[in-house]
Amino acid sequence: MIWNEHYECMERESLLKLQGTRLKEMVERVYYSVPFYRTRLQEKGIEPGDIQTIDDLRKLPFTTKQDLRDNYPFGLFAKPQQDVVRLHASSGTTGKSTVVGYTHNDIMMWSEVVARSLTMIGATRDDIIQVAYGYGLFTGGLGLHYGAEKIGASVIPISGGNTKKQLQLMEDFGSTLIACTPSYAAFLGEALIEEKIDPAAIKLRAGIFGAEPWSEEMRAQIEKLLRIKAYDIYGLSEIIGPGVSMECPCQKGMHIFEDHFIPEIINPDTCEVLPYGELGELVFTPATKEAMPLIRYRTRDLTRLHAEKCDCGRTLVRMEKCVGRSDDMLIIRGVNVFPSQVESVLLEMSETKPHYLLVVDRHNNLDILEVQVEVDEQFFSDEVKELEDLRRRIRANIASVLGLHAEIRLVEPGTIERSMGKAQRVVDKRKIH
Amino acid sequence: MIIKQLSVFLENRTGRLTELTGILAANDINISAFSIADTADYGILRMIVGRPEQAADVLKNHGFAVKVTEVVGMIVPHKPGGLHHALQIISENNVAIEYMYAFASGECNATVIIRADSLEKLIAVLQEHKMELLQKGDVYQL
Repeated sequence: MIWNEHYECMERESLLKLQGTRLKEMVERVYYSVPFYRTRLQEKGIEPGDIQTIDDLRKLPFTTKQDLRDNYPFGLFAKPQQDVVRLHASSGTTGKSTVVGYTHNDIMMWSEVVARSLTMIGATRDDIIQVAYGYGLFTGGLGLHYGAEKIGASVIPISGGNTKKQLQLMEDFGSTLIACTPSYAAFLGEALIEEKIDPAAIKLRAGIFGAEPWSEEMRAQIEKLLRIKAYDIYGLSEIIGPGVSMECPCQKGMHIFEDHFIPEIINPDTCEVLPYGELGELVFTPATKEAMPLIRYRTRDLTRLHAEKCDCGRTLVRMEKCVGRSDDMLIIRGVNVFPSQVESVLLEMSETKPHYLLVVDRHNNLDILEVQVEVDEQFFSDEVKELEDLRRRIRANIASVLGLHAEIRLVEPGTIERSMGKAQRVVDKRKIH
Repeated sequence: MIIKQLSVFLENRTGRLTELTGILAANDINISAFSIADTADYGILRMIVGRPEQAADVLKNHGFAVKVTEVVGMIVPHKPGGLHHALQIISENNVAIEYMYAFASGECNATVIIRADSLEKLIAVLQEHKMELLQKGDVYQL
């Protein structure tokens, strides 16, 4: 089923023309309302009039997450506060979040793309959707919520966690669809078996999973445990949230809603634009965004794009599942984690030195983060209670910065590898790719 | 009265303690007494050795986290009630013991190594009650 056939099945030539028009308008808006971008464009000698078609996109400068941090909190907003109706934020490296704003029209557009995503997998007003993504500063919960309401489905805004209640409502309310992180979906599937709930009492038929990397093996596992079809959704708050792209039943990648989010693939080192089919960093220009329109935002996600028409009838470009990142960011239980965040915690504590290693693993489908910290002679106490106290304090400080529980393991000095260049700070044992 | 003890941080890894004893043996350093406080991930080895400063340097050079800590050695009669009597004196005088370990060598006496919140107070209390303390000179060759 297709929610908006006009845009989702548009001839590519018309689509490129539409993108050009929207890009031109956006650059003009941004030039006159965001000083940061005006300076950037002037530095490159670009005036709004220089951008006429989609081919002019590559003339424009890139935007990075660092630019968002440098302009914290509202520096990149193109609309006054009075027009901003919603703020979301994600965790940032030095405790500062990445903030995103939405106007009323932005929320409408977001609801539209999520409505398209849900319709893509056959959701209608006959469905009961259990939204088990977190509600709050994270975009997952509210993003799915508005889209589900738009198609007229019944939404259960249960948010994440509280597994027993999830299962109870799933059974009592007869949820037909569920949206959450894939790791939580697998966890729910196992809990279902543990609680000995009769599978016949569960009406779930499909799930919309995203916000963290997951493998085909995990998809198969979730489908088996929950007896559903598992679909992949992609998004990031800087662009809009979930609903930037969505997998259709053909499952040949995720369709990007290109009329709103103009995609490019670049070589992350040279920034050269790569043709369809080549692996590189995904870049988005959300041309219709009002509150925070970003020009060529570098997602750091590595993937490929394919432009051949899909069997589902959509002409929208498909992106493959991301195969990794061009920076060192980790996504753990849906939370963005940069090793530098852990480093800053250790540097702030007088008893620790920034020699550390992050070990990420997946046990029973839940991501586990272990932080190994070297014991230093200067802060080494020969009393267990002191060392345990230190360990507790490191754990608490990391939890407050990352918003994530980590196990702290004290190791002997010199055991964490030193390197002359970029230190190896992460061991990811999860088999995602 | 105060004697020096080596405290070493050890990860719970097979063979790690053997590496340490090998280094001490190769440097001709004798271990007179030791104990290990262990947790799930790591242990703290505490030991009385001959030439503690040199031993600490050697271990540091081999990458161990070593600390020279101060303790008191107390000699108690090697018979029923010997330790109890000594501990009574210590607790009645409000000295808090952080940790302790003991060893008996021979028929007559046992030695108890004690780390307390105040070593000065511990020494004063024990001396007041005529308890025998290990002296710096003889302790490292127990």
